Amino acid sequence: MNKLILSAAALALTAGAAASQDVVRMGTEGAYPPYNFINDDGEVAGFERELGDELCERAGLTCEWVTNEWDSIIPNLVSGNYDTIIAGMSITPERDEVIDFTQAYIPPSPSAFLAASEDIDLDTAVIAAQTGTIQADHVASMEGATLVEYATPDETVAAVRNGEVDAVLADKDFLAPVGEQDPALMLVGEDVALGGGIGLGVRESDTELKETFDAAITEMKEEGALNPLIVKWFGDDAETW
Amino acid sequence: MRWLACYLTTGKHMAFYASFGTVLLLLAITAPVALLFGFGGAMAARSPVAPLRWFGKGYTAIVRGVPDIAFFLFFVIALDQGFEWLRHQALCPDWDQPVRQGNDFVVCDIAKLPLSSAPQWVHETYGFFLAVLTFAIVFGAFAANVLFGAMRAVPRPQLETAEAYGMSRRQTFWRILVPQMWIYALPGLSNLWMILIKATPLLFLLGVEDIVYWARELGGMKTQVYEYPHPDWRLYYFLALLVFYLGLTKVSEAVLSRLTVRLSHGQATMAGEAQRRAGA
Repeated sequence: MNKLILSAAALALTAGAAASQDVVRMGTEGAYPPYNFINDDGEVAGFERELGDELCERAGLTCEWVTNEWDSIIPNLVSGNYDTIIAGMSITPERDEVIDFTQAYIPPSPSAFLAASEDIDLDTAVIAAQTGTIQADHVASMEGATLVEYATPDETVAAVRNGEVDAVLADKDFLAPVGEQDPALMLVGEDVALGGGIGLGVRESDTELKETFDAAITEMKEEGALNPLIVKWFGDDAETW
Repeated sequence: MRWLACYLTTGKHMAFYASFGTVLLLLAITAPVALLFGFGGAMAARSPVAPLRWFGKGYTAIVRGVPDIAFFLFFVIALDQGFEWLRHQALCPDWDQPVRQGNDFVVCDIAKLPLSSAPQWVHETYGFFLAVLTFAIVFGAFAANVLFGAMRAVPRPQLETAEAYGMSRRQTFWRILVPQMWIYALPGLSNLWMILIKATPLLFLLGVEDIVYWARELGGMKTQVYEYPHPDWRLYYFLALLVFYLGLTKVSEAVLSRLTVRLSHGQATMAGEAQRRAGA
């Protein structure tokens, strides 16, 4: 009898292990529209939500969405609190040392400056960027400009609005709708090309998951299913594959 | 008006209203647990057994010295990994790969806590309890120090009298020292309570969405992607939080001052003496 219970328990455990393989927790920031944001129903939405759901469906995975602060998004991935980062994260050599990326699902897209006045000299300006982004690295490397870092994308824009900084540097796809909405703000200067495109971040030890998502992204690119999605969220001018 | 009614009842606003409950629940659970940790810490710190005393003193000194934000960022991840490592040792003895692979922390699937197949609410509850535990450890250290001081503030003659009556060390502690120390501990503990009320935004570092997180999220400017686009409204949301926090402080103060009156009763303090005279 005892043996029966034991083997039943063992069976249940192995079944549990098999099932848990198929749930992939997708980590995102939820504060970077239109890439990812929390919609009015309190759900994760945006380009990456739609893309992620599509990728999971193609790969036959059940996906669960989790939000995490940008600052600690990589530590929580490597410690296993979720399995992927899908948060508009550009592929850079520095990040690649700590985690692995799938191939890019958004081609390298330009970053832009948003300011409250047209005649700002970007070479000597005080410029806001979100902590730990490629834009922050870029501003830090601009000679003469002063970098001010903020924890969330929203705060970087608020800083321009209340005059704490002269301009903000962020992905153009994020800043353009902000500039359209607020007549007091405008895109200034020339766009800068940063990063190697945006990909899904996975743990370095998770090669299987990386290959699964890579295959699904390739499939979407080949079928031409990815470009319409990019155009839907980022407009007709967006870079496509 | 109609627009506002619809706006204020979106799913996101419901989550905001619910987070008030989360914060109150956290306070309601953390405060007694932290007090328990503090009591244990203070008892350990006065123990005649040296290792126990070192433990008590070490606990208060180390935890009080580490910045909260560092504690919340790193300690919690370490705690979570610690739990998972223990489960890993117990559940997957024949696992042949190392747990640390470069930067990665990898345990077998069934050792994950909670299991990655568990529904989202299990993850959230687990995160919440990690938060309670961390808060309790941090605030317990401060409470331990307050209680340790309060125990020493009880007039020495009281204890000598107890000993003279032939009470054991244990009896003296529980019957004479503990009932009398609360009045000395109360000012310090009430400060801690007030700080704890305001410390809840640290919750978001642990992935628990509290009222400040939602106020920031809801108040931030909304572009056309959202159903209800609006400019930066954070001021109004934070004003609402201000009212909530001030209300909570006011209620706490009322409760604490009643408690002070009750605890002063029959004590050998000035307030207790004044009460005795007024009654006589």
